[in-house]
Amino acid sequence: MTVLPSPAARRPAPLLSIGIHNQVLLVVVLVASVAVALSGFVGDAPNRLVSGRPIPLWAAAAILPTTGIAALGAALSAACLVRPSRPLHCAVAVLAAALLLLVLAAAGQAASLLAQSAKPASRISLGPAFWVLAACAALAVGDALQRLGAGIVVQLVAVTGLASGMVLLAASGTFDALSLAREFEIRHQVFADAVVRHMILVGASVGAAAAIGFPLGVATARRPGLQNPVFGVLNILQTIPSIALFGLLIVPLSALVAAVPRLAAYGVAGIGVTPAIIALVLYALLPVVRNTSVGLAGVDSAAIEAGRGMGMSPGQIFREIELPLALPVLLAGLRIVTVQAIGLAVVAALIGAGGLGTFVFEGLGQYAVDLVLLGALPAIFLALAADFLLQILTTILRRRFAL
Amino acid sequence: MIEIDDVTKNYGDRRVVDRLSLTVPAGDFCVLLGSSGCGKSTTLKMINRLIAADAGTIRIAGEDIGTVPAEALRRRIGYAIQSIGLFPHWTVEDNIATVPRLLRWPRARRRARVTELLEMFRLAPATYRAKYPHQLSGGEQQRVGVARALAADPELLLMDEPFGAVDPLTRDDLQGELARIHRATKKTIVFVTHDIEEALRLATHIAVMQEGRIAQLGAPLDILEHPASDFVADFVGRQGIGLKLLSVRKIADRMRPGEIAEGEPLSLDTSLRDALSAMTTRRSDRLPVCDAAGRRVGAIALADLVR
Repeated sequence: MTVLPSPAARRPAPLLSIGIHNQVLLVVVLVASVAVALSGFVGDAPNRLVSGRPIPLWAAAAILPTTGIAALGAALSAACLVRPSRPLHCAVAVLAAALLLLVLAAAGQAASLLAQSAKPASRISLGPAFWVLAACAALAVGDALQRLGAGIVVQLVAVTGLASGMVLLAASGTFDALSLAREFEIRHQVFADAVVRHMILVGASVGAAAAIGFPLGVATARRPGLQNPVFGVLNILQTIPSIALFGLLIVPLSALVAAVPRLAAYGVAGIGVTPAIIALVLYALLPVVRNTSVGLAGVDSAAIEAGRGMGMSPGQIFREIELPLALPVLLAGLRIVTVQAIGLAVVAALIGAGGLGTFVFEGLGQYAVDLVLLGALPAIFLALAADFLLQILTTILRRRFAL
Repeated sequence: MIEIDDVTKNYGDRRVVDRLSLTVPAGDFCVLLGSSGCGKSTTLKMINRLIAADAGTIRIAGEDIGTVPAEALRRRIGYAIQSIGLFPHWTVEDNIATVPRLLRWPRARRRARVTELLEMFRLAPATYRAKYPHQLSGGEQQRVGVARALAADPELLLMDEPFGAVDPLTRDDLQGELARIHRATKKTIVFVTHDIEEALRLATHIAVMQEGRIAQLGAPLDILEHPASDFVADFVGRQGIGLKLLSVRKIADRMRPGEIAEGEPLSLDTSLRDALSAMTTRRSDRLPVCDAAGRRVGAIALADLVR
């Protein structure tokens, strides 16, 4: 096949045309610069309960990481002006990833420097400039990968590269002087339990939601008459505020256990894991049922008619045609639900379900921001990881079935 | 092969098929012709029980289809539809082998059959076997659709406007191939269309349908020359009827045996319409004719077309 050159390709391309080619990156760099200029990179507080004195990047970190961050920032802003190409996007991704790791290292180093001259009770926490800078660097990595049209493999490489960089930094003790690390150190035994409990809450509720929601979704796809009542109820459930739903479940469950005391032996109680999982399942049902229903409805009716006409049984049509063709949409629903449940499970700590929310509410009670972060950050990472893994699974399935 | 006896189908108050009887002999190419809503598709789908008849009986090879489990019945009957309905997540090979797989043919036999069918439809097996439907053109998809219908070598093939959605050139190719396959395999085919030209080209018998009944059943030439009613005459078209007549008659009927003419010969089974077209484009009123083996056997002249 011959391809006619596009008008743009026919024009001789100038080596370097000045102009803003990447607005997203430019905004990201600007926001990061403003944050660094105006707010503290770390905060220095005499104890964990008072807020710290903000210290800007250049005063907190050593000269080497500061210049490094500035140089990478300058390189990224220069990249906005260059005509886009694959090598450029690759370079931006690598530079932004380096920036992210450098920002982390700089924060750790700044904390160790400050800790040398501070009292043992004092806390060095991460400031707004750090968070904005780190978030901007991560955004720049994501944006560059997207512009690159990165496939699963490249994305996996990027994520594992960044993650192993962070793990290396943490293992080498870079973060030890940070207040977040010190909160972790105090609670590292409880922390592991909380993470596991959190994952159990999410796994059990998503599993149960799939087990209930999937047949319900099939039923609504088969009988359109069911759609209004089913989706009506599920929509209402979705609008109940999560804290209220957790609270509302206490009364009926307590009454149930009082009526059937044997249930208590199975761990059923008005507070704790039982109401948490029930609430999470109720929230998860709508996306699961809706995506199952929509996925099945989206299967080409001609394929089903052909299957019937060739003598496939209804079960064969369901297993061999409808299910595989609806699977990507089904998995998308599961992905939404998993990410949603990881966030909502934090709130479940309020009714004694445990999990990462325990730190959040403890931290809120003590006005200890670092303790809140100790609960919130792992929850965010869990959600991102779950989203990423399920996305990869969906992509693989799509490719496997060539959809 | 098929005996449809006094069959009726209602949708609510509407009677779509009205006490219809039709016998299709083995090896016949029977076209159900009519405009939309005349009940032709419903009639076709009652033959493989995709639609249940309200009254009447249908027998295939003497056996009442109501006595056979629907799925077993359908696996014995090839079925091809306009929207094709290839399974998008299966390769061409898996698509074609659907019914053989349902019938639990061994793998080697399925594979050999797929190769045979791809060759029959002039799709190179090595190239096409592993492709997915979305990698095929519309015409190729429909070839695979018809190949899939023929996979388990059914005695009977039902086709519901199979070429309705492809472009005219491709449709012409596909019709030619179907005609060739019908001649080669002697399958009984029931074919639904609203396209009179398609019906004239393919059918051995045409059943013109009107409001759930058969308005006329006959050979293509019969229907053109002796329409049974004004409806049939209107439907097959008073306009251009001469050209339609030419399209159902073959050179073999009008040839002057033994005579000679200059130029590239036309084959005996070329329609008179195509002969007229060849004469017009070649600016010649006399063309040579050859038989299937390519031997020159005579000539045809412009005057022979209007005899």
